[in-house]
Amino acid sequence: MSASIEERLFTIRYKADRVSHLIIKDQEVCLACPTKECNWFCPSDVYLWHEAERMTSVAYENCIECGTCRIACPEYNIEWLYPKGGYGVTYKYG
Amino acid sequence: MADERFDAIVVGAGPAGTAAAYTMAKAGLKVALVERGEFPGAKNIFGGVLYRKQLEDLIPEWWKEAPLERKIVEQRLWILADDSAVTFGHRNQRYHDPPNCWTGLRVKFDPWFAGKAEQAGAIPIYETVVTGLLRAGERVRGVITDRDDGELEANVTIIADGVNSLLGKQLMVHREWRPDEVSLAVKEIIQLPKQTIQDRFNLEGDEGCTIEIIGHTCGMAGLGFLYTNTDTLSIGVGVMVSDLKKKRVKPYEVLDGLKQHPAISRLIQGGEVKEYSGHLIPEGGFNSIPALAGDGWMICGDAAQLVNAVHREGTNLAITSGRLAGEAAIRAHEAGDFSASTLAAYDEAIRASFVYKDLKKYRGVHSLLAHEDAEQLFHRLPQALNDAAYEMLLVDGVPKRDKQRKAIRRVKEAAGGAYMDLIRLGLKGWRAMNG
Ligand SMILES: Cc1cc2nc3c(=O)[nH]c(=O)nc-3n(C[C@H](O)[C@H](O)[C@H](O)COP(=O)(O)OP(=O)(O)OC[C@H]3O[C@@H](n4cnc5c(N)ncnc54)[C@H](O)[C@@H]3O)c2cc1C
Repeated sequence: MSASIEERLFTIRYKADRVSHLIIKDQEVCLACPTKECNWFCPSDVYLWHEAERMTSVAYENCIECGTCRIACPEYNIEWLYPKGGYGVTYKYG
Repeated sequence: MADERFDAIVVGAGPAGTAAAYTMAKAGLKVALVERGEFPGAKNIFGGVLYRKQLEDLIPEWWKEAPLERKIVEQRLWILADDSAVTFGHRNQRYHDPPNCWTGLRVKFDPWFAGKAEQAGAIPIYETVVTGLLRAGERVRGVITDRDDGELEANVTIIADGVNSLLGKQLMVHREWRPDEVSLAVKEIIQLPKQTIQDRFNLEGDEGCTIEIIGHTCGMAGLGFLYTNTDTLSIGVGVMVSDLKKKRVKPYEVLDGLKQHPAISRLIQGGEVKEYSGHLIPEGGFNSIPALAGDGWMICGDAAQLVNAVHREGTNLAITSGRLAGEAAIRAHEAGDFSASTLAAYDEAIRASFVYKDLKKYRGVHSLLAHEDAEQLFHRLPQALNDAAYEMLLVDGVPKRDKQRKAIRRVKEAAGGAYMDLIRLGLKGWRAMNG
């Protein structure tokens, strides 16, 4: 009964803003980061390190606004804001 | 909304903020209730169990009109190993009347509760993010929102913006939480026919049951839960973020592990996943509570780490803290004085309440969980307990005395090897729960 993360995120209603509310402060810091643990701890797989492009991509449209990355990034390299009022995730059950 | 002036502004329409807004509006104060979600509850999830008592202090017999799922008559605790479970529980007819608690869903409950505050006169300002605080020196004199002309002024601002509390951080009442001061929980809502739920969980009518789960969290400090709603189940697992950082495991894979456990898979079997969600839970406890009031501001609920994780109580502490902040604001309003020394009445009221006393009792739990070996507490000990139970109950001709020795040895080894390790851990656990 386990679903892929895509299927899971499909159960959530989002209203995505045009601009990201999550910003990697400095990609160089990601490059130097030995663990790149944001690729694991995020519950909606927002962060992905791309070796070829040497950058962390941010799928902010999938963000469920939990705040884990802001606290867990070992370099505090993620600028974390709420999406604009009314934007972002809206749950159906909660 | 440029020139609007309020007696009080409440940031966040969760249980804490709404309780504060309701309390003040009912006393005739002009209150703004600001919420960033499309509606109150839109952004919120919890386990979730709602308790009778603390909301009853505000709204007598509230449960007769609130949207609730099932009345909890049985609470279970399961300690899991890979393919087994040691189980405890308590069921009692007395929980029928008066009821003790219910399961609920935030998308239904929060709007109902906020509606009560609105009826009492609170002015809803939803779909609006408070991005900062208006200051005059030390004094907070209102909020800045993401609306055009988005400044709102008030004599007092109640910060009830939940676990992330960017405003509390801005105000520097707390620095950023350490990764061991929060857990990340992920949850799914699984739909099943009402009758199926009742049959599987041994329930009738609107009766409900809860299961708390220890073990099977990939060796991380954490808890699972499986709660019955009317025609859905809430299943989830929360793990300490400091452990999650180390493990390189995806949070939803921890949940999958739980769902696949043989004791659990049969309970959720055939159900349809209707929603996936995630949220942080404050875990710092007593030692993480920040200053609660200052010039023109008070802070309530998750934003102040007011969660009793051992008893999975959060909404009720939020409601009581919101009510007490509201009452302090009413007195300040009457006195026409919103300085730190007047609002200190809120801090005193919290200290005199169960909120402070309960968090103080469990003050040692956080450091036990943050500093003891999580693999030991949440993997090896549950495993050993299950092995010991298996051994004792298996009738295979081995004398009971030998079995008992072996069972004790297993638990002892999981605790570190010597009797002293077991005793030390037992004492530590006892002290943590009775600090
Ligand atoms: C998985 C899980 C299971 C739980 N289980 C239980 C349980 O079974 N029983 C129980 O009693 N408790 C439980 N809790 C804890 C409980 O949910 C919280 O303690 C409680 O919701 C705290 O209430 P609050 O009002 O302080 O914060 P919240 O409920 O988080 O409300 C904060 C509100 O503020 C809004 N907000 C935040 N920032 C801003 C801003 N800048 N501008 C405008 N609005 C803003 C948010 O959108 C939100 O609506 C659980 C929590 C989780 C995550």
